[in-house]
Amino acid sequence: MAEAVTKSFKSSREGIRRAVDNVSLRVVRGEIYGLLGANGSGKSTLIRMFSTLLTPDAGRVRVFGIDIRDDENAVKRMINRVSVEASFFKKLSAMENLVYSARLYGVGPDESRGKALAILKRLGVDIDRVNEPLEQLSRGMQQKVAIARAFLTAPTLLLLDEPTTGLDIRSKREVQTFVRDLRDEHDATIVLTTHDLDEAERLSDRIGILHDGRLVAEGTAEELRARHGATALEDVFMSVTGRRLDEADAAAEEKTK
Amino acid sequence: MTTQVGGQLGLAYAFVEREIALSKRYWAWELVWPVYGIVTSLSVAYIGLALPTISGTAIDPAVVSRTVLYLLVGTIAWRFLGIIFENIGEVIAWERWEGTIEYTFMSPVPRFTHLIGMCGATLVRATAFSIAILAAVTLFVPVDLSRANVLSAVVLLAVGALAFVGLGIASASFPLLWTEKGLQMAYIVQAVVLLVSGVYYPVDVLPSWMQALSVISPATYVIEGMRMALLDGADLLTLWPKVWPALVVGVLSVPLGLRLFVEVERYAKRTGRLKRSG
Repeated sequence: MAEAVTKSFKSSREGIRRAVDNVSLRVVRGEIYGLLGANGSGKSTLIRMFSTLLTPDAGRVRVFGIDIRDDENAVKRMINRVSVEASFFKKLSAMENLVYSARLYGVGPDESRGKALAILKRLGVDIDRVNEPLEQLSRGMQQKVAIARAFLTAPTLLLLDEPTTGLDIRSKREVQTFVRDLRDEHDATIVLTTHDLDEAERLSDRIGILHDGRLVAEGTAEELRARHGATALEDVFMSVTGRRLDEADAAAEEKTK
Repeated sequence: MTTQVGGQLGLAYAFVEREIALSKRYWAWELVWPVYGIVTSLSVAYIGLALPTISGTAIDPAVVSRTVLYLLVGTIAWRFLGIIFENIGEVIAWERWEGTIEYTFMSPVPRFTHLIGMCGATLVRATAFSIAILAAVTLFVPVDLSRANVLSAVVLLAVGALAFVGLGIASASFPLLWTEKGLQMAYIVQAVVLLVSGVYYPVDVLPSWMQALSVISPATYVIEGMRMALLDGADLLTLWPKVWPALVVGVLSVPLGLRLFVEVERYAKRTGRLKRSG
């Protein structure tokens, strides 16, 4: 899927910063691939390249055999994404936002309304509130609507960029269960970025650890633990990056100040 | 082929439907803009009616009436063209503000279809606002349209709309390059066009360097032509010298604007500017 992908950004403070450094990874059809890394490790940059919003400086991104450079629209038809921010028209209702988004993928309102209600129900969203402006819903509810938006178009590849960040424990569990169930039912392929070790292990079939833009480890949670003689994923992270995940997050935050 | 066109029109309609839904939610603003337009148009019309007082001399009522219509044609035509330029120019800035830009650009909608949809919604809004302003103004100010050639005026307005769609698309790409400054630049361009296009006065009162700018503004031809049509009843043949320059701008600016937009989008994807926070 990604072959030797590199992306750098110019910044007035740091000069040229390499956000993704020669990353190659392959996601198998039907699997959930977890990208684990601290803030600033390159997870979101990689996801933005997969979702056609960013062009790699070098390397290739292919989605089910189609190179993004060759046929961007064909790739767009196969993917959808959930980002950290819910990103909706705030004054429109959940249903208006969902019907609009589905139309962009060629799904008519008759079909999308029914599907949206079914998905929202499964996610535990109060159906009586789907016609309220989205800005009146809680952050958790908005994120569930964002997840419904992504599943509504039945993507072959779903990109989940920290989908549970900022959610309460209950909402987090509901979303995680939904992701797992839908993968089992619809055979969707999912790339999930997270800096939650527990979530990575709970959801992912395989995990890739990103550090300073480089893929420094890859395998199932069990393989990673065995390879590094660790009892927990946290120890694996420490072993391959030299830092605990929370320390790496704090260091990244300090760097951006 | 027909199915493909139908499919693209369906995708374009998504943007029209979205704009209608947003108009309902932002209904107070949708009222504010026509009211603002009516008030400014009336203010300009009253300047015409006050001409004898302002000049301190008796003026033939027919001349006053002609002056009022002269001013109203400028203000309402500019309002129509200005809405088109502003709304299309804000396509990117608005989505950035809402935070939806990444989702729009990630969707499998060709950029041409996306912009066609937004232009369609804008033309509906601009037409509705302009008709509302015209209707309201005629309630307060006597307007003599006895010699007007309405068909000629409508054709000129349509040609002007085409030109401003192209210019709007080009200016919409600015915020992809410079998040905030891009929109500011678009507003400056609009203000300069207003100054040099003879909206409230004939362009020959301008200094020569400004008159040079008026030659390249499509609004100059549209507004002059509309005055000839509505004040003197000029037909399309007579108006041809006003139609073709605006038409040339329209025919060139739409494809060039689209091309610029697509190139800027590519640049934004290379440099990481295509994101909600700019």
